[in-house]
Amino acid sequence: MATVWIPPQMQNLTGGREQVSVEGATVREIIESLEVVHSGIRERLCKGDRLKPTIAVFVDSEVSPLGLRQKVSSESEINFLPAMSGG
Amino acid sequence: MGKKLYINTTINGEAVEFLCEPRQSLLEIFRDHLGMTGTKEGCNDGNCGACNVIIDGVLMNSCLIFAVEAQDRKIVTIEGLASPQGLHPLQQKFLEHASLQCGICTPGFLVAAKALLDQNPDPTEHEVRHWLAGNLCRCTGYDKIVRAVLDAANVAPNTETSLQSSN
Amino acid sequence: MAATSNSENGNGNGKYKVIGTRPIRHDGLDKVTGRAVYGIDQNLPGMLYGQTLRSPHPHARIRSIDTTKAEALEGVRAVVTADDFSPAGDDEVISLVEGVFRLTHMRSNILAKDKVLYQGHSVAAVAATNIHIAEEALRLIEVDYEILPYVEDVHEAMREDAPLLHDDLTTEDFGEDTGTKSNIASHTQFKIGDLEKGFGESDVIIEHEFKTASVHQGYIESHNATAEWKTDGQLTVWTSTQGAFGVQKQTAGILGIPVSKVKVVPMEIGGGFGGKIPVYLAPQAALLSKKSGRPVKIIMTRADVFKSTGPTPATYVKVKIGADKTGKFLAAEANFAFAAGAFPGSPVWAGAMCVFSCYSFPNALVDGYDVVLNKPRSAAYRAPGATPVILATETIVDEIAEKLGVDPIEIRLLNAAQEGVRRVDGVVYPVIGCRETLEQAKAHEHYRTPLNGPNQGRGIATGFWVNAGLKSSATAHVNEDGTVNLVEGSTDIGGSRASIAMQFAEVLGLPAEAINPSVGDTSSVGYTELTGGSRVTFATGWAAYEAAQEVKRKMMAKAAMYWEAPEEEVRFEDGIFLHATDADKKLSFKELAGHLKDLGGAVVGSGTVDPDYGSGGSFTTCMADVEVDPDTGKVTILRFTMIQDAGTAIHPSYVEGQMQGGSVQGIGWALNEEYFYSEGRMQNASFLDYRIPTCFDVPMVDTVIVEVPHPGHPFGVRGVGEASIAPPPAAIAIAIYNAVGVRLRELPMRPDRVLAACLEKLAASH
Repeated sequence: MATVWIPPQMQNLTGGREQVSVEGATVREIIESLEVVHSGIRERLCKGDRLKPTIAVFVDSEVSPLGLRQKVSSESEINFLPAMSGG
Repeated sequence: MGKKLYINTTINGEAVEFLCEPRQSLLEIFRDHLGMTGTKEGCNDGNCGACNVIIDGVLMNSCLIFAVEAQDRKIVTIEGLASPQGLHPLQQKFLEHASLQCGICTPGFLVAAKALLDQNPDPTEHEVRHWLAGNLCRCTGYDKIVRAVLDAANVAPNTETSLQSSN
Repeated sequence: MAATSNSENGNGNGKYKVIGTRPIRHDGLDKVTGRAVYGIDQNLPGMLYGQTLRSPHPHARIRSIDTTKAEALEGVRAVVTADDFSPAGDDEVISLVEGVFRLTHMRSNILAKDKVLYQGHSVAAVAATNIHIAEEALRLIEVDYEILPYVEDVHEAMREDAPLLHDDLTTEDFGEDTGTKSNIASHTQFKIGDLEKGFGESDVIIEHEFKTASVHQGYIESHNATAEWKTDGQLTVWTSTQGAFGVQKQTAGILGIPVSKVKVVPMEIGGGFGGKIPVYLAPQAALLSKKSGRPVKIIMTRADVFKSTGPTPATYVKVKIGADKTGKFLAAEANFAFAAGAFPGSPVWAGAMCVFSCYSFPNALVDGYDVVLNKPRSAAYRAPGATPVILATETIVDEIAEKLGVDPIEIRLLNAAQEGVRRVDGVVYPVIGCRETLEQAKAHEHYRTPLNGPNQGRGIATGFWVNAGLKSSATAHVNEDGTVNLVEGSTDIGGSRASIAMQFAEVLGLPAEAINPSVGDTSSVGYTELTGGSRVTFATGWAAYEAAQEVKRKMMAKAAMYWEAPEEEVRFEDGIFLHATDADKKLSFKELAGHLKDLGGAVVGSGTVDPDYGSGGSFTTCMADVEVDPDTGKVTILRFTMIQDAGTAIHPSYVEGQMQGGSVQGIGWALNEEYFYSEGRMQNASFLDYRIPTCFDVPMVDTVIVEVPHPGHPFGVRGVGEASIAPPPAAIAIAIYNAVGVRLRELPMRPDRVLAACLEKLAASH
């Protein structure tokens, strides 16, 4: 199962847990699985069929430009972080 | 709007005539009327040096000169540094030393450095830094600009272009 | 790991033929002769000149705007206000790389709708037959303002009873809206481990508050835009920008028209540093062009550049670090607020990512707040968000080292971030070069050379920037003389045409000079994100690499066709096409290109990338020697060395240039750059009073390029544009302490502050 690091501001949805392991072959499936266990997570992360524009997904410590479509493995670590950039 | 005045001047060795309003700067005439956009506008208030030109051998900010003051002067701009035979040594050294990044301040620096070398062909680093303190560059940190000027000073000056500002 | 000092000759690195050499940049000739055409140089037949009326007040309601007198002035061809905007899409957001912005906010920053939110906020624009008439017309526009209370301090703006800038702004907390109206636009939080436990086990804990003033990017070319909106609905914008596609997206969104109706031509750009990502003038020029039927050019005055465009946020930063007796860091806590200016979007996320990123902290908590107040909307500036937080962390690291009697480099090496370390935001580092920059500092002659006078001190500090990846495109066309035209999408602010072309050339075994690189407009190259985030040489270079691979494959097919041989019998080695079995059959790239006219058409290759990125970043370590004048408090930089991990340096001269430029910007931020406000109004809006460093203020900047290749990039490039600005203020603050024994925790460390601290210390010792 993939390991998801829950942002501290969302840990109220996971009963204070900072890591949750769930099944899923894509980021979309991971979020679906999280939603089953911890209702409300999808609404925090997604708008319609996309991640919210202010949120980026890191899979194995790299930002994925594919968002919900990014494939993940059972060993993957997933972080949701603020969307980023530079000057 | 004032009546336009007729001005006759010499730019980069060629006789040039133009009409201008009394309120127009020399920089504005170069850029908006003569199509000479090599001289850059950075601040329009004499604080950045991007518009440097040499007038009768003296380094000037062309944004602070009224166009009417150009009457009967001899002006050297960035467009006058290279000759058909090749670049001025300063231009060549700026390329070799990677002394420009965005390049907007480069014409001003080159004209200012030429004015320095025309009167002091072998400046120290301190003299180069002191002379160029009126020219702002935000990209390079100045290191490679100062090195290029010092290096160019070691190269025989291009007599053709140095004549234009020294007479 | 390799390291190249700029005092060495470093020409080529042995591994590559083109990469690592120092060719003359392709656009160099035009830039030293005055031929290069920048945004401000654009002139079109029949062009009008525009200028913008701006608010004198920090906060006021606009009761009415009367433009009739201005319109009646001879020579005035159009006047526009916010009423000229289409309201379409008011509830949409636009995602730019530097953040996500509400369309309403973007529109009202271009032309204020109901309220002005800062001195310099634009309210109307005029186009006239010359600039002087346009300026006269501005004075004839009558605006009736109702003055409102304003707020200019970040802590005051956070109070519940502060004047609110936006009646619809509530605090966003990672995807959740608190629903409470506030000037606090968002809260960012990262947490790792058990903070209480970490501090509990610490033998030494140090905590301080730091403040930094707003500073400006200070590019020498002002903002500009020339627009022609034709009656068929097609709008063309010529402008100086860090990203043509970003201007297209913003301009189309703000004007409420499809992106296909906007063509953006990126001109040569006179500096950006983050400040030329947002648009300010293109929509104004477009509306003026539509109204007048003529092309309109606007160049912003330098005073307006200061008063109305992208400074960095002023910041308040509190950092607390705990360590054990050996100097091992056990816990860290940061709390900071960035003054975003009139609209949300300061780089709080980046400050949160950077504050503890140079070290391993098993337990850490970061809280950051994005706060609006009555100042211009802030914009990105080189490693946005990093410099103020690195100042705090590095100063405290130095204090811990001093308290424990540990060498300042050793304590950093003991804790340095490295592969496998988990950052406070939760991600884990891949191969990085943090430790390597510190080792180079330790080995550097600068570090061992004694200072030689009173009131002199040396400071060392380490910094980090995250670096971006993002979308880039390039297309190549092979010419029959064996040269290649390469069109790429990144505007060239510091020699990137060369660094992109060199990566292309490396693949094909061609000299850099055989490539003719150019920057495409939005209709001639694939989508490419902005020049920023230290990403161009990394990502657009990668796109060029992919384009070169396609050219290589197609040229191999052409060689097979020429030899009438199967494609699998053609090999390409060292720039030569070879036949697998017939040693007599070989063709150079140039020879084969000469035969293309007989081989069925042109060879075109293209590459597009959108690489994963995010955790590698680039690390810098710098050393500063200073001398403090005890009578005036003036700080002089005696010597400065910058060390950076470039991954692989494509063109070492321009890598050094980035390091030197970032260093001197950091020196300016440290010592003398600052927005002075009085009664909500900026008091120093000129290059005379806002003083960026001149060449008389700084010494040569020594550089050491460290090369720990990026494992994901075909050539190992990391990107070097930004991380060099992060550590200089910290290094200088530490150097000042080592010179005269006072800790300064507010930027800039201008003479009066240094002197006051010295006098206070003197008084305390009596």
